[in-house]
Amino acid sequence: MARIEFKNIEKRFDDVVVIPGMDLVINDGEFVALLGPSGCGKSTSLFMLAGIYLPSGGDLLFDEHRVNEVEARDRNVGIVFQSYALYPHMTVRDNIRFPLRFKKVPDAEAKRRVREAAELVQVAELMNRRPSQLSGGQQQRVALARALVKDPQLLLLDEPLSNLDATLRLTMRTEIKALQERLGVTTILVTHDQLEATTMADRIICMREGEIEQIGSPDDLYLRPETLFVAGFIGSPPINILHGQVDSEKLRVGEAVAPLVGVGNGPFSIGLRPEHLEFGDSGVPARVIQTEPMGREILYVAESPLGLIRVLESGSQVNHRIGEETRIAFDPSNTLLFEEATGRRLDGAHFHLNTTARAA
Amino acid sequence: MRNRQITNYIVFLGPAGVIVLLFFVMPVLVDIGIAFTDMGRDLQVTKFTLRNFERAFTGDSRLPKVISLTFIYVFFTLAIFNVTFGLVLALTTTAIPKGGGFFRSVWLMPRMSPSVVYIVLWIWAVHGGEASLVNQIAMNVFGVEKPLDLLSNTPVMLIILSNGFIGASFGMIILTSAIRGIPDHLFYAAKADGAGSLSIVRHIVMPALRWPLTYITIWQTLSLLVSFEYIILLTGGGPFQDTTVYALYVYRRTFQSGQYAYGAALALFLIIPGILIAISAWRFTNMQQLLQRPRIEVQ
Repeated sequence: MARIEFKNIEKRFDDVVVIPGMDLVINDGEFVALLGPSGCGKSTSLFMLAGIYLPSGGDLLFDEHRVNEVEARDRNVGIVFQSYALYPHMTVRDNIRFPLRFKKVPDAEAKRRVREAAELVQVAELMNRRPSQLSGGQQQRVALARALVKDPQLLLLDEPLSNLDATLRLTMRTEIKALQERLGVTTILVTHDQLEATTMADRIICMREGEIEQIGSPDDLYLRPETLFVAGFIGSPPINILHGQVDSEKLRVGEAVAPLVGVGNGPFSIGLRPEHLEFGDSGVPARVIQTEPMGREILYVAESPLGLIRVLESGSQVNHRIGEETRIAFDPSNTLLFEEATGRRLDGAHFHLNTTARAA
Repeated sequence: MRNRQITNYIVFLGPAGVIVLLFFVMPVLVDIGIAFTDMGRDLQVTKFTLRNFERAFTGDSRLPKVISLTFIYVFFTLAIFNVTFGLVLALTTTAIPKGGGFFRSVWLMPRMSPSVVYIVLWIWAVHGGEASLVNQIAMNVFGVEKPLDLLSNTPVMLIILSNGFIGASFGMIILTSAIRGIPDHLFYAAKADGAGSLSIVRHIVMPALRWPLTYITIWQTLSLLVSFEYIILLTGGGPFQDTTVYALYVYRRTFQSGQYAYGAALALFLIIPGILIAISAWRFTNMQQLLQRPRIEVQ
């Protein structure tokens, strides 16, 4: 087990700066997720932890020891790749045993540890198969066993679930989380899937273009996003972002106006989660243009003077037909206000759009 | 619909079929036919006979030496250059981060240059006079007193070297692309699992090269067995008959001595193993699978 620390870590590929300078501490035994869109530097960070890439600057510490130049083979890091990267010509047994070959583990002990790792992830009965004879989920388990057999101080998971079908993904999510809790190994999950991150990790590190946008619990990121990017990235269906303008203590959004004190003039973005909105007799006038039943919920897309607005209603009954003229009301305590120049959220800025606006 | 299918077969496969028939199947049939005649320099056939085969099995005292030389030539050219050195070139040029392409191009040059030019360079390098490259180095650097005459003294080594320098690039190209075809993640995984460079070569790279290596060995065996272009240019098969490999011997018998029927019979011995090796390769090494899809799968 290990405590991981990034101290001003920088990574360049020739002239391309992928990570300009990253500070991060991951505590011993913690399960964190690096979350962000592709190209945000999350996989690069993971590869630096594994020792596959070397940092261009800064210090990478494992338990206070600098490991910048330590070779991958000397790090004792277990890694599960998106493609699982099982050795195609080896049986499941040989795949799981492979890391022990280089550790001078006595034969009897190696056999015992391979068996234990295989039992841990429930592939003990597949030992003599080759990867091509396994299903995606089984390959995933073998990859996990191979990563765990050497008793790693750090477990890295690179998009481990993205090649599984939806049902299996759910199962593996639960299993990996349970396994991590049981073993207590420091684990870093890299994913672009917010659901994976929010369901599995204790803490989420949301990244964008090589920089950390926000670190926090799943709740923090969802309810209290610090930036417009995090607000837009977290949440499915995505948050409604409306553009407005503050002018002498009044916020204008389309034709609606609301008093807003304590902020300077300029463009602002308003974030409204679809589930915090509801159709009713008061509020912004709107016309339903699309309905998307999602099982327990229905997603409506409505056209309003403020732009397109998504509204999520619980229940499986479609209550509003396409073309229906209605109004959308919302709870002012659940609105998020972002300064457009910086993309940062204004803490505690709530407002109430007046409801006199009329469709043009 | 059925007619359309037949038309498609004829239109798309017809031209290739005609070529295969004219240039691959027909010559074999003609060769088999001639082997059972007494065709000589005048190209006249007067009777059908088994005399050519009798002669090959009992009456040709030079044949055993030619055959054993051919084995030595093919075996060492393959073992040292076409497979082993090709593999070393592929491994080293893919392992270095930059400049691998340059080294590979250098090794492609012998193959790209016209055979006469290539052999002229060899003769210039190894001829018995004091001006040859080898002798200038041997005499000026190593203090050898008399010029070496490699063409007379070690001709077999020279034909192996000159063919090997060309043959290595074939294996190099195929193996390089096979190594490139191994997903990066396998290398990363092996590194994270604690494997060093040699272990990665042994456990990750070599298993992936099993099929290409089999293919190269078979292909190059067949091609070395039947080609004598560089040998005839470099040594002319001599001195005496020292570098006359089987294919060259057949050529000399047929076209220089005008023993067409006997040459055809000798060539038959080359055609039969060729076909057998090709078929058994197809059968036993699962060539079909090799040709159809890569053994390494990327998801």
